[in-house]
Amino acid sequence: MEIVKSSSAGTLDSCDIQIRIETNEIGTNEIYLKSVVEMQFGDQIKSLISGVLDKHNLKGVTVNAVDRGALDCTIKARVESAVMRALGREILEDWSVIHHDK
Amino acid sequence: MTNKDRLRRTMLYVPGSNPGMIADSMIYGADSIMFDLEDSISLKEKDTARHLVYEALKQLDFGEVELVCRVNGLDTPYGERDIEAMVAAGIHVIRLPKTETVQDVKAVEILIEQYEKKYGLETGSIKMMAAVESALGIMNAHEIAHASKRLVGIAIGAEDYVTNLKTTRSASGIELIYARSQLLNAARSAGIAALDTVFSDVEDIENFDNEVRLIKQLGFDGKSVINPRQIPIVHEIFTPTEHEVTHAQAVIEAIKEAEAKGLGVISLKGKMIDKPIVDRAIRIIELKKASR
Repeated sequence: MEIVKSSSAGTLDSCDIQIRIETNEIGTNEIYLKSVVEMQFGDQIKSLISGVLDKHNLKGVTVNAVDRGALDCTIKARVESAVMRALGREILEDWSVIHHDK
Repeated sequence: MTNKDRLRRTMLYVPGSNPGMIADSMIYGADSIMFDLEDSISLKEKDTARHLVYEALKQLDFGEVELVCRVNGLDTPYGERDIEAMVAAGIHVIRLPKTETVQDVKAVEILIEQYEKKYGLETGSIKMMAAVESALGIMNAHEIAHASKRLVGIAIGAEDYVTNLKTTRSASGIELIYARSQLLNAARSAGIAALDTVFSDVEDIENFDNEVRLIKQLGFDGKSVINPRQIPIVHEIFTPTEHEVTHAQAVIEAIKEAEAKGLGVISLKGKMIDKPIVDRAIRIIELKKASR
């Protein structure tokens, strides 16, 4: 799928993560992360972000993430929100696209 | 899990937009947690709050606490999506805001059933709670309380209600006496829980304490709380005294003894024990167990 606009979701508050999504010219996904726990969990956070992008078949997007100690569920939620906004589907989204068993 | 008879002394409001509060919400000992997608969420963040609550419900362990979500009304672009997301996530109870008629309850019930089927859940597994926040809703409280088998309780939302009445909230709560009594009787006639409104000033412990004692005496099951500091105050007031517990235990023992002897008429210390006294005794023992 292709994003129709740059978007963001989340805040810089403690326990949150701010996600910004925009298109890039290189055709593959890039994830840039700043995190207070980057040494311990940086790869895991990037993997979570990447997983949501893959689920929506997104290619050629750049994600800038600023993490303030968010839990996995918060990371996934913020990326989902940013993706839906980038796809222009934040109002009439089909929840079955987002729904997952775990 | 949830059912009509579980304890609901406290229902902690948690804004669905705040990941820190969501993550900590289960540590304060509230009987129920209510994630809010409605009035505490700005229009620009309705979508993100819905995602946050959905993912939290899917991934966090909330233990035995009852999980409730206050969704947006069906007269907004958000209400149906909220319901779909919460059903997909397996919420225990969907709380309807600003309920005024039986139709309000029926409309949400139809959507819940539709999405239970879509996501492979047993029909009827998701329960409902109706918040009544207007004079019309209070006048229709009886019909609302009986509108669906999914309803586990009805609640009063006082801030909107007093505005509708053209008054304000006072320390005595005199302006809410009629509404509280009407709502309580409606709930009891339907065999469901009655939940009282929030007390907004978290610094005013004295008047909060007074209000909790008032609603307990009226017969309410519990109260919505907006700050974890209010939880132990409610629980303490709803915890039976040692005298009440001792008496309740004696009633239960007398019943068991009479049943063993095949006696029809039961007495304790010269006073007849009938069904209402037994029911109260069972309730006191339940409250005592929950307070441990």
